Amino acid sequence: MIDHEEVRHVARLARLQLSEEEVDRMAVELAGVLDHIATIAQLDLDDVEPTSHVVAVENALRADEPRPSLPRERALESAPAVADGGFAVPSPQA
Amino acid sequence: MSEILDLSAAQAANAVAAGELDAGELFELYRARAAGERLNAFLWVAEHPPAGLDGPLGGVPLAVKDLFVTEGVPSQSGSRILEGYRPPYTATVVARLDAAGAPLLGKTNQDEFAMGSSTENSAFGPTANPWDTGRVPGGSSGGSAAAVAARLAPWALGTDTGGSIRQPAALCGIVGLKPTYGAVSRYGMIAFASSLDQAGPLTRDVTDAALLLRHMVGERDELDSTSLRYPGEISLPSRTDLAGVRVGVPVELTGEGIEPGVLEAFEKTLELLSTLGASVESCALPHAPHALAAYYVLAPAEASSNLARFDGVRYGYRASGASDLLDMYTRTRHDGFGPEVKRRIMLGTYALSSGYYDAFYGRAQRVRTKIAQDFAAAFERFDFIATPTAPGVAFELGAKTADPLAMYLNDFCTVPMSLAGIPAISIPCGLAGPPGGGRPLPVGFQLAAPAFAENALLEAAFALEQAIGFDGSAPHDMAAALG
Repeated sequence: MIDHEEVRHVARLARLQLSEEEVDRMAVELAGVLDHIATIAQLDLDDVEPTSHVVAVENALRADEPRPSLPRERALESAPAVADGGFAVPSPQA
Repeated sequence: MSEILDLSAAQAANAVAAGELDAGELFELYRARAAGERLNAFLWVAEHPPAGLDGPLGGVPLAVKDLFVTEGVPSQSGSRILEGYRPPYTATVVARLDAAGAPLLGKTNQDEFAMGSSTENSAFGPTANPWDTGRVPGGSSGGSAAAVAARLAPWALGTDTGGSIRQPAALCGIVGLKPTYGAVSRYGMIAFASSLDQAGPLTRDVTDAALLLRHMVGERDELDSTSLRYPGEISLPSRTDLAGVRVGVPVELTGEGIEPGVLEAFEKTLELLSTLGASVESCALPHAPHALAAYYVLAPAEASSNLARFDGVRYGYRASGASDLLDMYTRTRHDGFGPEVKRRIMLGTYALSSGYYDAFYGRAQRVRTKIAQDFAAAFERFDFIATPTAPGVAFELGAKTADPLAMYLNDFCTVPMSLAGIPAISIPCGLAGPPGGGRPLPVGFQLAAPAFAENALLEAAFALEQAIGFDGSAPHDMAAALG
């Protein structure tokens, strides 16, 4: 149901590096779970509305007023790398 | 000292209020037990009691699942990718409980990002069950459940996405309640599946669950757009009979796949319900057998989106030596996530990817509608739905780690209520021998109610709890738990 090339494609979408051994294992394990999930394909759901939220709610909006937020130094204190008051990352194109 | 340990959290709070017990002494008693425990239930334990211990909860200390962010205290969601992370803010529900007088005792072990049913998926090692240290405590809130069962904590906070409070409560012989979706703020809970995640109490008895829940719900939290103002206040239960109460037993969740010992304990408890005056009848939840399949589309899909934030940029682990930004992302996520989390990210990304969305995510959302409709129809005839909480008693460490689907089947009886967003409680209903032989282990009995019917649910669970008379005070391996 899912071949190695598809596993590699999905891993790229998920920004997840997988070793060849992980690709092998993932193909087998995902196939097993997808077989189980495929049982919902048998149900007649043509006239059924999808549910994304189970409890009836209306838009929950707060007043749009300025208020203090997390100070910059607090936001940066757990960062792996900091430069010029921001999060430092490797160049997008090395 | 043992007399203090025998006090439930509510009794301890009353003793403090009456001046018979010192809150600082109570905190130190549990702090020392939590710091010295051998179950790997705690990942972090407070070093000192907090300065002020005022409030209606009397300073009775609270164990909190690792995934609740707590300012300045490790909050790792059981993951290597957040190892040592000390966040700059505190989850709303933890702050509310602290203000009410339940200070943080420690952070408890869990399956990584709450993905699992055994706590074996923690990056920090599995937690053992105090009833048998060769067996799992359930999961994902297994650290919280084991801590309460072994009296390492008076009570604990967990989260439930598809059964992660109720199933470990069942396997450890304690009470676990998943509230109505939206009743408790999710702000500061490290997200797994946002449309399902809900915080709830893990306690020694139903009264403690009611007392803790009372201070978890309340006004809407404007920091969580799905949080709702709770209609009314949670009362402490007192009901002793169940005259006029109608209980439905869904045939789909009470037959195939349930261990004989669990089924026997379940049926005895149904008889007790009748003895208490309730009517007990079979009912149908025709789409419940499809709940697990729908859940394993919806939850991984939401997880794959939620876990995109773990990219090595703002906090947590970053792989070193990356050649460029993309390489840094993919290697950080490769090293930082464990096997089950990778599996679910892959499953969710696949289900949401171009060409598959309608076949998987769209269909699963429609199944969710049918399941909610099944419950709505059942609640026209019944006040509560009863099932076993888990299909089996606690299993041996390692027994199901090689087969993801076998592990997922643990959630068979709890996932339908999660998809419907309704409250459900697990209470211990007796002991049963495991299928392969061995000492008898706790069995959980699950009662589910319509949305926001927590008070009625707690009353029924309380009456049943008194009739069952389960003694959870001395799990078999209590001595080993304390080292």
